[in-house]
Amino acid sequence: MDMSFSSDERVFQDEVRTFLREKLPARLSAAVKAGKRLKKADYEEWHSLLNERGWLAVTWPEEYGGTGWSAVQRHIFEEECCAAGAPRTVPFGVNMLGPVLLKFGSEEQKAHYLPRILDGTDWWCQGYSEPGAGSDLASLKTRAVRDGDHYVVDGQKTWTTLGQHANWIFCLVRTSTNGKPQEGISFLLIDMATPGIEVRPILTLDGEHEVNEVFFDSVRVPVGNLVGEENKGWTYAKYLLTHERTNIAGVGFSNTALAHLKTIARDQRNQGRPLDDDPYFAARMARVEIELEAMKTTNLRVLAAAARGDAPGPESSMLKIKGTIIRQEINDLTRRALGPRAMPFVSEALDQGYNEEPIGPEYAAPIAREYFNNRKLSIFGGSNEIQKNIISKAILGL
Amino acid sequence: MDFTHTEDRRMLADTIARFVRENYAFEARAEIVQSDAPFSRDRWSDFAELGLIGAQFEEQDGGFGGAGFDIAVVFEELGKGLVVEPFLATLLAGRTLVAAGNAEQKALLEAVISGETLLAFAHAEPQGRYGLSDIALRAEVDGGGYVLTGDKSVVFNGGAADQIVVLGRTSGNGADTDGLSLFLVDAQTAGLTRRAYKTIDGVGAAECRFDAVKVPSSALIGPKDKAYPIVEEIAGLGLLALSSEALGAMETAKTITLDYLQTRKQFGRPIGAFQALQHRMAEMLIEIEQMRSAVINAASALTSDRRSREMALSAAKYLTGKVGRLVAEDCIQLHGGIGMTWEYSLPHYSKRIVMIDHILGDEDHHLARYIALSKEAA
Repeated sequence: MDMSFSSDERVFQDEVRTFLREKLPARLSAAVKAGKRLKKADYEEWHSLLNERGWLAVTWPEEYGGTGWSAVQRHIFEEECCAAGAPRTVPFGVNMLGPVLLKFGSEEQKAHYLPRILDGTDWWCQGYSEPGAGSDLASLKTRAVRDGDHYVVDGQKTWTTLGQHANWIFCLVRTSTNGKPQEGISFLLIDMATPGIEVRPILTLDGEHEVNEVFFDSVRVPVGNLVGEENKGWTYAKYLLTHERTNIAGVGFSNTALAHLKTIARDQRNQGRPLDDDPYFAARMARVEIELEAMKTTNLRVLAAAARGDAPGPESSMLKIKGTIIRQEINDLTRRALGPRAMPFVSEALDQGYNEEPIGPEYAAPIAREYFNNRKLSIFGGSNEIQKNIISKAILGL
Repeated sequence: MDFTHTEDRRMLADTIARFVRENYAFEARAEIVQSDAPFSRDRWSDFAELGLIGAQFEEQDGGFGGAGFDIAVVFEELGKGLVVEPFLATLLAGRTLVAAGNAEQKALLEAVISGETLLAFAHAEPQGRYGLSDIALRAEVDGGGYVLTGDKSVVFNGGAADQIVVLGRTSGNGADTDGLSLFLVDAQTAGLTRRAYKTIDGVGAAECRFDAVKVPSSALIGPKDKAYPIVEEIAGLGLLALSSEALGAMETAKTITLDYLQTRKQFGRPIGAFQALQHRMAEMLIEIEQMRSAVINAASALTSDRRSREMALSAAKYLTGKVGRLVAEDCIQLHGGIGMTWEYSLPHYSKRIVMIDHILGDEDHHLARYIALSKEAA
């Protein structure tokens, strides 16, 4: 049993810290820490800085421009980025499609698409869920019918995160209705500029435009855009989902959020004293901190197993459930900490460059919004109920 | 023993439900919430005509209700409709005038009940969190009147109100219960600036700054320095109203979610067929029934001695926070993505239910208060 990082890993951690200190623009980290909205250009700027250093594709091998890092290195990198207030890496191209192409794509596809992900030419989005296919993803109905050198795609995708910025979408489409639903699904890459595609915004409960519906009306897609084999897409989709669940514990986010909560609880007053002196509130904070500390070790245990070569398995479901519960609990405590100050909501105050006097303390503006918005954490990427089904079947054998 | 409401109250509830269904449906409400106005003056007039404002006051004060169960019935229905019009502000400020106002101040009530005059109740302050007596706004005697200086935060209906009931400190310090006084301040008085906004659940509120606001001595409501018992009693009405409103919102959120579980199909059957989800709905039902009982306890305790009354009120508000979070979050979770969308009614219920926890004291505040009250001599 040795819970400490190796000396190499500590050297690496210093390297990451130095990079973030020197290269992360203060404007961006200030915006992230203040809970401001980020624009497309902000994400692109950060991607480009990471790419210059060769640190954008943390799950790819070096020969394709990736870092070739171990799971522990990736973990260190994530934690440091969160602590420094770096924008999140938009995952769709680099962390979702990339690994699928590397494993199942043709040489031509790898040579064409991977460099474009790295240099920011392409912004990918994900075409998985449909109005009728959420938790039951395999029941998806968007059809792709072969017509000469093309597939003709008709149907609708939904919950397409940041699809409004994307120029490409990777889609699960139905190419066969024979056999089990899982056996007739294919994985298709579609240029969003193709005629017949329409993107419509879905506003979330906080009024934000983060997700979209994507409609396909007789969209012609070259057959060369099929990844792997026809009707084998479900295998690739599941592979992608396990990668989506890498780092799903969100330890870095929780660390940062808990530190922020503590600052707020010290600043807020209850009966003239700091709120963190209130035994009720202190107990709530202590409970979540205890959970987080334990989960950090659970996370490292899973990482250590992965570092020995075991693929991220059903254990990632455990991390997803616990990780999202902890993040949501911290969000809940932060809105509680504000007391009546959680209620005022001025949407423009979340824009970068907003100069008006804040209502209440400056940190209050995004808190209730974050609490409500982060209800999504236990829904997306396979809801926590689905994760429990996976644990029941794959770990418990029930 | 009979747990049904009187016929009059049932009729009132039906009237509100019908009006909400016909004139305050989700789209109509969304229009109000997304407008620049803090609420709809037209709907407010309608509500006044239907007697919803009058139901908060006793006959001798120009109303036709005013009892705990009148408040509970009206606010439960308002909760079901997510009504954003200023009922809470009107209840708190109006009943303050009833409890302690002079003849001239009470004369305002007629126009309040008819919906013409708008009131706000300015008690909470930036440093005060939920402490009812944590008041720093100074009211200094000045010639024949008072000069008010200080800040009031998240004053519901503060932007639109014509008259504002203000809790100030005429003596003492910090959270002393002694030394508090109430004033009725015309919103147009020089030195009063109001910054209006909406809360995240779409309700109009304002930050109010009193910069040497001069008011005559006749602005004092009730006895100088001795306002605390009045404020506590009035806040109690607010606790009952908010708990009832939350109960109504929870009932509707539960109904919407149940309907979704019965219609949404995944894996070839309604998702309500899955036992994991059935049990969560069952748990929600149990908790909401507990909530309803706590509201009944609180409404009937309004006429009891102070300690029993305040314990029942704190109990109801504690459960409002606890059960509210469960219902608000589980209803979204049981829906999945659709429960996160602006265009769908459910998440707006969740927002209201959770934000009610932030008004007049949250779950922890009322748990602590319940413990403190229970240790006081009966």
